[in-house]
Amino acid sequence: MSNIEINHLSKTYNSKSPVVALQDISLSVASGEFVALLGPSGCGKSTLLNLIAGFEFPSSGSLKVNNETPKAPGPDRGVVFQEAALFPWLTVWENVIFGPKVNNIPRHEYEHRANQMLRMVGLEDFREHLPVQLSGGMRQRVGIARILTLGSQILLMDEPFGALDAQTRLSMQELLLSVWQKIKPSIIFVTHDIDEALFLADSIYVMSARPGRIDRKINVPLDRPRRLEDTSSEIFRSLRLEILQMIRSSHG
Amino acid sequence: MINPQLKKIILGLTLPIIICLIWQYLGELPQLAGLLPTPSKVLLGWSDWIFAKPGMGLNPYLGTWGANVSYSASRVFQGFLLACVIGIPLGLMIGWSRLVSNIVDPLIQSLRPIPITAWLPFSIAIFGIRDFGSIFLIFLGGLYPIVVNTTQGARDIEKNLVRAAMMMGASQLQLLRRVVLPASTPSIFTGLRIGLGVSWTAVIVSEMVAVKSGLGYVLWDAYYVGRMDIVLADMASIGAMGFISDQIIVLIQNKFLSWRILQSH
Repeated sequence: MSNIEINHLSKTYNSKSPVVALQDISLSVASGEFVALLGPSGCGKSTLLNLIAGFEFPSSGSLKVNNETPKAPGPDRGVVFQEAALFPWLTVWENVIFGPKVNNIPRHEYEHRANQMLRMVGLEDFREHLPVQLSGGMRQRVGIARILTLGSQILLMDEPFGALDAQTRLSMQELLLSVWQKIKPSIIFVTHDIDEALFLADSIYVMSARPGRIDRKINVPLDRPRRLEDTSSEIFRSLRLEILQMIRSSHG
Repeated sequence: MINPQLKKIILGLTLPIIICLIWQYLGELPQLAGLLPTPSKVLLGWSDWIFAKPGMGLNPYLGTWGANVSYSASRVFQGFLLACVIGIPLGLMIGWSRLVSNIVDPLIQSLRPIPITAWLPFSIAIFGIRDFGSIFLIFLGGLYPIVVNTTQGARDIEKNLVRAAMMMGASQLQLLRRVVLPASTPSIFTGLRIGLGVSWTAVIVSEMVAVKSGLGYVLWDAYYVGRMDIVLADMASIGAMGFISDQIIVLIQNKFLSWRILQSH
């Protein structure tokens, strides 16, 4: 249903000394696939996400979402931001229904779905709260609920759990997996955390910096649905070691 | 144990009371007689100005306080409202659109350094000795702070909030109304409070010159006929009106910015 095709894409920022943010990127995401972009800061993984979202545009190469080149951001590609980016003056409920409202969808059409999504992320009792009254993890759950309410088939997630404590991060990862199992959107998940990428993704693109490029694609042969125990399995540990060594050698 | 709130009020009143007592004492000294009316004389003159029946004898300061306060207040209200209605959308547009900014901002920035007092002759020449001459100056005085602060608020908006709204399909107009405007409200209110202060300055100056009623007119008129008690009572009235109108803005602000108040706790 929703796929992403990127071929030989580059992004250069033209300043006094041009900065090559991304060089010769090729990747594809099948419908319903969970893909992780893994790499150190400065490898351009967030830039790549911004290009797919339509916030920025590539300098060369091709980028297709459902066989079309995105000209602007849109509800088909829902973005979950690092700091949630909720509207602080709106309640949880108003944040979640912002999308349908600006798209002039009648209330009876989105109300049920919005309620359903809030329940799915476990925030049905917090709809009248303001974002500032929520914890970091809860804010991210609102961020997820609002793009699910929007009906996005592609989820672009920019280190969404990076600022959370380890325990909250784990429960958010499990929540995301269960949401993904139920709705099956395509997900591109940006992270610098190897364990997170391995636990969540079907395939991992390992990136390196200066210029930002893809070093390798790794398929994660762990079964679904994944459990916490999988993170201590033999495959998991050997993949982690392999990625670590790869990152180290590309830094050397 | 004394109530801390009460203690604060008492502490705050101490200095003004001491100053008034010293002033009263000095004012009654024969060597200084006639230089300044004492606080008690000011209060007496003020109370006649407010409560006495108008038209008794030749004293024009009997019972005319209310009318003059309402003249000035209504001019400030009209001029300031006009400044809000034009200034807030204009500031949002300048802050939001580079095109509008490039077209409008140079004009505003080059007019802004001209003090509103310098506009007085212009205003009288165009609008005459009429209400609108005064309202124009009040509008102009209120406009700059409102525009500049609103512009800043719209420019400082968090990039990801705009991106989030665009991602959800908001149009440019929806972005302005649903994201840029609410995100700018803290700076808009800063602009409103500064602008209101300038508006009160403008009403007094303009009433001294451009119209024949209001607190500014009485202030200058009383000075000419040597009624320093009325001059001082008038000054105090202006201060009180400025304070009250500022408090009204604060009240509205707290209603609009409850999310912001929670944020800072």
